[in-house]
Amino acid sequence: QKIQENLNKQLLDNLVSFLSRSHSDFQEKKTEWTCRMKFREIPTAALVLGVNVTDHDLTFRGLSDVLQDNITPYVALLEAKDCPGIKNLMQKLMGQLMKCDIDVDSLEDEDCVQVSQNRIRCSMPSLISWYDSVTKKTDSETPSKKRNSSSRHWQSPPVVVIFRDMESFTTKVLQDFIVISSQHIHELPLVLIFGIATSPMIIHRLLPHSVSSLLCIELFQSLSCKEHLSTIIDKLLLTSRFPFKLGEKVLQVLINIFLYHDFSVQNFIKGFQLCIVEHFYSQPLSVLCCHLADIKKRVYSLSHNQCENIRRLPSFRRYVEKQESGKQIELLTNDSFLKEETEKLLEDLHVYHENYVRILRCLHVFTSSLPKYPLGKQIRELHCACLENRVWETEEYESSLQLARMLNKTDLVTILQQCVEILMSSSGKEFDRAVEKLKEFLTQFQNLEAEASQERDVSVSPQKELQKKTDLYHLQKTLLELKESRRSKKLTKFEMLRFEVVDYIDSLVRRYLVPADQRTLQEIVYFNGAAVLRGHLNAAPRTALHTALNNPHWYLKNQALRCDGGGISNKAPDICIVYKLHLECGRLINLVDWLEAFSTVVMAAEETNADAASSDQVDDVIHARFIRAVSELELLGFIKPSKQKTDHVARLTWGGC
Amino acid sequence: LTKKNKEQKMGNLVEEYFEAHSSSKVLTSDRTLQKLRKRRLDQQTLHDLLKNAPLAYAAEIRDLNQQHESLFSKWMLQLHLGFNIVLYGLGSKRDLLEKFRTSLLQDSVHLVVNGYFPSITVRSILNSITEEVLDHIGTFRSPLDQLEFITKRFKEDSSLELYVLIHNLDSQMLRGERSQQILAQLSSLPSIYLIASIDHINAPLMWDQAKLSLYNWLWYETTTFNPYVEETSYENSLLVQQSGSLALSSLMHVLHSLTLNARGIFRLLAQHQLEKKDNPSYPGLSFQDFYQQCREAFLVNSDLTLRAQLTEFRDHKLIRTKRGADGVEYLLIPVDDSTLTDFLEKEDEDV
Repeated sequence: QKIQENLNKQLLDNLVSFLSRSHSDFQEKKTEWTCRMKFREIPTAALVLGVNVTDHDLTFRGLSDVLQDNITPYVALLEAKDCPGIKNLMQKLMGQLMKCDIDVDSLEDEDCVQVSQNRIRCSMPSLISWYDSVTKKTDSETPSKKRNSSSRHWQSPPVVVIFRDMESFTTKVLQDFIVISSQHIHELPLVLIFGIATSPMIIHRLLPHSVSSLLCIELFQSLSCKEHLSTIIDKLLLTSRFPFKLGEKVLQVLINIFLYHDFSVQNFIKGFQLCIVEHFYSQPLSVLCCHLADIKKRVYSLSHNQCENIRRLPSFRRYVEKQESGKQIELLTNDSFLKEETEKLLEDLHVYHENYVRILRCLHVFTSSLPKYPLGKQIRELHCACLENRVWETEEYESSLQLARMLNKTDLVTILQQCVEILMSSSGKEFDRAVEKLKEFLTQFQNLEAEASQERDVSVSPQKELQKKTDLYHLQKTLLELKESRRSKKLTKFEMLRFEVVDYIDSLVRRYLVPADQRTLQEIVYFNGAAVLRGHLNAAPRTALHTALNNPHWYLKNQALRCDGGGISNKAPDICIVYKLHLECGRLINLVDWLEAFSTVVMAAEETNADAASSDQVDDVIHARFIRAVSELELLGFIKPSKQKTDHVARLTWGGC
Repeated sequence: LTKKNKEQKMGNLVEEYFEAHSSSKVLTSDRTLQKLRKRRLDQQTLHDLLKNAPLAYAAEIRDLNQQHESLFSKWMLQLHLGFNIVLYGLGSKRDLLEKFRTSLLQDSVHLVVNGYFPSITVRSILNSITEEVLDHIGTFRSPLDQLEFITKRFKEDSSLELYVLIHNLDSQMLRGERSQQILAQLSSLPSIYLIASIDHINAPLMWDQAKLSLYNWLWYETTTFNPYVEETSYENSLLVQQSGSLALSSLMHVLHSLTLNARGIFRLLAQHQLEKKDNPSYPGLSFQDFYQQCREAFLVNSDLTLRAQLTEFRDHKLIRTKRGADGVEYLLIPVDDSTLTDFLEKEDEDV
């Protein structure tokens, strides 16, 4: 568990740093812009952030930090849920500004008292007077005092107000605030920042012309969430830094949730976190999922049971079967021998990962430049394809190789250069040969340039001839000859080389991009519980209810409940019978008929068991059971009491569910 | 081919839907429970009857629950890692949560919220946190202030930990937007661990992206098939006698404690209402007419005594007055006709 927490933290740190980095340039731009103060109108920045509202938190926090450090100590962040009315808004704004002030300056107690006083009567004039007092203090004080930091800001630092979610503010409040603050813009230099999730059109829809003319708006676009995703995948999955890996199905589930549901990077990370938890919780051998340096220690501290667990792994069994018999016995009986072997295998696995990532990137460089992207545009698609099965057996790979054979020279050269760079970055010796080979290719290409020009001359000459001859017969003859020669023409040196390169890449792929499923001991580092993950992240309560009501035998393992679909088994629990009967009805259900149908079904079941003792007593019990089942259905939201007709209920669902 | 078939089926289904909902006319039989000639059960007898009825498939249900219980330690781990847990599936999850509480949360501070309880509010949840967990006496202007206070306290003091168990997060009282927002913010605090259960099929509709990310749910399917005993006891069903509307027994009870003349007055009104029951636009008996009739039957001697009597009826919710378009007061008995007939029959027997 400790490892897992470590890993978690490491991972999150990495992510946070990445996110803040990706925002930083954006923020730089923003801060620069806030410096350019204007008068008359309220300067406003509209940040178009995209629909993944949940990810914006970090952006805004980073933004206010940057602003506080560089420009102004007065930043307030307003959220729509705190500001139902203009009064609350002002109150919140005041509170935050004063607190900001205290944060930045760390003033003495007297100001705190002042703050608490101010909280009571929060109006624009009081805000302005406060601002005046603060700025005056700033002006009058000498830079040697502790407020010297504000000398870096200029005479009157602007007050920045950030509206986190523009869409959810009520229009009235927003308009009022803008109108009020525009009145006081001379005394109180305000800067507004709107966080917009949809499109900048919303400003004009929310604010009438008279109000929006008071603003001087500039638009800023943030990175799209898809780019975030690809960088995150790049940083998290395609590195050898984290020993933990995702299986293909799991990755697919996470990506699908991202692309088809919410576009939220936060949720993606949450899913990833859950994978880690699940993996370390369920897989007893996940202790071995660690960095290369720690493996040896951990392998030697394995207990006998854990060794048994290793032997039970399916991938290990496959491995054992391939060994000769003597070694097999050793592996299956001798713990210490097994440990040695495991260590070796795990090291292999690590080496495999390193190589895998490098070659994957090379292949990506190749395929991403092809027209129509047969193997996908993004590296994640390629990654998925490689994990799924042997990539070279797929049709897409075939077609992309064919396309690659038709690449022109300049493209090929640049691609090769990129490949070399990628391979050079790896420290292992594994790729020296590959790099050498590729370099050789490169030099050959450079040599080829000279030859190519010659060749062009050669190829031009028959055409010249063609122009000379004018009479028809000769023309035809030369054309035929030309065709002949073209057909039988040997491949040019360039083409030969091209084939050679592609084949070489192909061989690399075949060697290194073996899907992880086929590696020994892959269970230790790969998490494959896609169904579990989907169940926990993307649950479908309605489906669960539906199956429970329709096929109770799914949950209650009883033979009596098993029946063919459609029919009503009279042995099912009450609520299931009532539900099935209600499915047969239209929009409104008559309670009396329903009750009678129910009692018929239940009576049939009763009679098969034993003859009813006293019909009246049984009747009452059935009635009571029916009432219970109906009220349960009401609680579940399938029906609701209807006023349209006496003793009727309305169905709230349609069709089978 | 099968796909095409399926599509066609889907198309039919959609058409059927609109067909069924296009006309307001519904084809069902006109039978009502009144005609069933059977006494209505009240809450207590219902409860007794159900207690006697054996629960079907008890063994299988127990197996199922044991399966869920094996997840308890996993839940604890996940709660500590910042996830919150939500349980869904058919059947009451009350016992399961209760078991979780007794087996794992004995030693730690925890709060149980019975969402199905009809008078629960977010405010009461917040109050119980501030008063009992944080030992803070004092009132707050709004739930938001209270929430802010709680947040601050929990952030300051990292040793504070609180488990919150909510039965039926989707109940009537808690499903509002504001209460969900507050609960979501509460659950996003790292030292508050939330386990909730939902039952309604449309429960996930109440959360938007922002709330979902605050809640940080992990979904667990826990189908228990347990009957919803506690939960439905507050759900007023059509079939159970309701305390809210007037029932025959209570009618009899009230009238037995009145004077003979008062009973006569009520009888007169009831008879008049029954005579006019086929007239759907019958507005009730106007006060003047009623006074006239009562005088003729020697039941009252002045306008004032009748008014006093009617006030008493109104206090017991036996009658309702309504002003017509012409400003005249009309009197109605807000009881359905069949109950009224029963009542008159019983009265005749007594007399």
